[in-house]
Amino acid sequence: MDSEINSKENPSLKYLRKDRLPHIFCGGCGNGIILNSFFKGMESAEMDFDNIAMVSGIGCSSRIPGYVKCDSLHTTHGRSLAFATGLKTGNPDLDVVVFTGDGDAAAIGGNHLIHAARRNINLTVICINNNIYGMTGGQISPTSPKGSFGSTAPYGAQDAPFKLAELVTAAGASYVARWTTVNPVQLSNAIKKGLKTDGFSFIEVISQCPTYFGRKNKLRTPVDMIRYFKDSTVVKRKADKMTDEELLGKIIIGEFANNNRGEFTKGICNLSIEECGKPTYKKSAYKL
Amino acid sequence: MIKINPNLCKGCDLCIESCPKQVYTKSKVSNTKGVYLPNPENEDECIKCHLCELMCPDQATYVEDEKND
Amino acid sequence: MSEEFFIQGNEACARGAIKAGCRFFAGYPITPSTEIAEDLSRLLPKNGGSFIQMEDEISAIGAIIGASWSGLKAMTSTSGPGFSLMQENLGYAQITETPLVIVNVQRGGPSTGQPTMAAQGDLMQVRWGSHGDYEPIALSPSSVQEFFDFTIEAFNLSEKYRVPVVLLADEVIGHMREKIVIDDNIETIKRTAPTEKGEDFLPYKALENGVSKMPAFGDGYKLSITGLTHDERGYPATSNPQDHQKLVKRLCNKILENRDEIARVKLEQWEDADVILISYGSSVRSVIEATFKAREEGIKVGYMKIDTPWPMPEKEVLEVSKIANDLIVVEMNLGQMVHEVERIAKNNANTHLIGKIGGELPNPDEILSKIKELV
Repeated sequence: MDSEINSKENPSLKYLRKDRLPHIFCGGCGNGIILNSFFKGMESAEMDFDNIAMVSGIGCSSRIPGYVKCDSLHTTHGRSLAFATGLKTGNPDLDVVVFTGDGDAAAIGGNHLIHAARRNINLTVICINNNIYGMTGGQISPTSPKGSFGSTAPYGAQDAPFKLAELVTAAGASYVARWTTVNPVQLSNAIKKGLKTDGFSFIEVISQCPTYFGRKNKLRTPVDMIRYFKDSTVVKRKADKMTDEELLGKIIIGEFANNNRGEFTKGICNLSIEECGKPTYKKSAYKL
Repeated sequence: MIKINPNLCKGCDLCIESCPKQVYTKSKVSNTKGVYLPNPENEDECIKCHLCELMCPDQATYVEDEKND
Repeated sequence: MSEEFFIQGNEACARGAIKAGCRFFAGYPITPSTEIAEDLSRLLPKNGGSFIQMEDEISAIGAIIGASWSGLKAMTSTSGPGFSLMQENLGYAQITETPLVIVNVQRGGPSTGQPTMAAQGDLMQVRWGSHGDYEPIALSPSSVQEFFDFTIEAFNLSEKYRVPVVLLADEVIGHMREKIVIDDNIETIKRTAPTEKGEDFLPYKALENGVSKMPAFGDGYKLSITGLTHDERGYPATSNPQDHQKLVKRLCNKILENRDEIARVKLEQWEDADVILISYGSSVRSVIEATFKAREEGIKVGYMKIDTPWPMPEKEVLEVSKIANDLIVVEMNLGQMVHEVERIAKNNANTHLIGKIGGELPNPDEILSKIKELV
């Protein structure tokens, strides 16, 4: 492609490994919308793209970093936050972004999620919550609404789902927000704030999996799914005045936490300064 | 100018759905990949809000801003 | 210059880590390894390093893999139950070729077993614990001095071959106090960054010894690191059988083809021996005493002390099997290394086991009476 054509392309493409496109996501999957929103948020936060490192676990959403032209660590199921904790502590200069899903973050990685929030380590976590295990073929997840159908819930999910934004807020994160794929502008704004927050940031994005969640729950097309989101969202300020009954089946969107408290890697670095008079080493494997 | 990259578009129709000005319509015939591409039939209506770019999961849409000349 | 100390094995390990250049530790408390974490929580901040107590052993190894890619030498320590939890990410470190050190201070198992008693029951877990094919490196110290020395050696091997290295100690070595000598001049292997710059660098294209250079995150290489089978760029390549064969065979061969350089044994009084005792880790201490007692009684006994159970020093085991009539493997389990020795020795010699479980070291007199049975 000559540069003339090259420049006339979707604004996200310049950040992607074009030799890997098109990506593996199904038509209408929310992952790509969230990726676009991430780049928009990154640009408005005036982040240095070359300084971003992405970490992910296993699942469809965890495949995102592999398509981005940045350092990426595609790890084991549920453990992205553990790897990211080591990466960020080892080099706090990096802007570490974690992409994870509802199964990855809330089921197998649930413990790491609350502990990373408790430590308030400066990571920006984007949790793509599509209420289903997509990559393995549509099994219910810990966020599947009660009564929703999945390949392991042919009679409907029997147990109550986690409310992830609320959970992570309670665990102590500095910045928490929830948006959906029909709010890409607000989402990119939340990502901007998350990137700028010096502490643990958790942005939950309710997203569509038309292939599995949609097909099993009478929302067959991507368009059906985003119409459903539009109809179901309630902003947090309004939701705060509603009863549990009124909120049944609703998606609460907005900011859940935005505060400053001590950040984890700064504490570790300060301890080093106190104990040996200098900050923690960076890239010392090449020197020591 | 609006462009759709036929190598990337998977025909999910989210641009058609999300455009506030109903710029896009769905093609009547599928391309060689079996995708019914969106067609920016009412391009004159486009207000350059770029929402379709943001809502395109496959990074296939491109909306060119008017040149300030 | 050198200094002498009278310290516990676990403490020697922590000091060895600092000397080796380790500047990151993540771990979770577990008997009988906890003193390593405790000592490093004190030592690392004094040496410009980071210490994190994680929520479990799965995240501990995850964190040190992340730290390793940030450009630090990193370590964790644990015992059986924690080592079991680490197996999945150990495989991740193998396939992504991430240098790191895992200390397993063994205790009696299975399960919670005997937390405060020594064992050597994790030998085969090191070999086969994670799924799929790989060739581990493990070092097994038999004294406090060796726990210090082997910690440094473990870091050096991990950097040289870009692999996780397991330091397979046990409760006896971990908690025993002995005099050790720490030399001022300790040779460490530093990680080498690629000389070429930019995105054209292939992080999984092997150089002559089967290993490629390792850049850090943030160096501008735009690395794509994944636990999926990957090509030389690091991109997932999961459906082509050739891609998988090429990667996994290279991972195994970089250890197997360098086995002679990695494997370390010590042979004593073997040239004329009728019986050769083979052991590793703390069991070696009983073997040395039994050899001494046997020789005093005029019985021709020698011993082989295996410092690197993995990769097995096959050449040396084969050699001694052609000299002695009987090989006795002494280990604190119901028979693990003995199967390896049998496999290598074939019909050259008769292979026997003294396998002691319960937490006590094998008694030299037990070994002696087994020798007397045979000669």
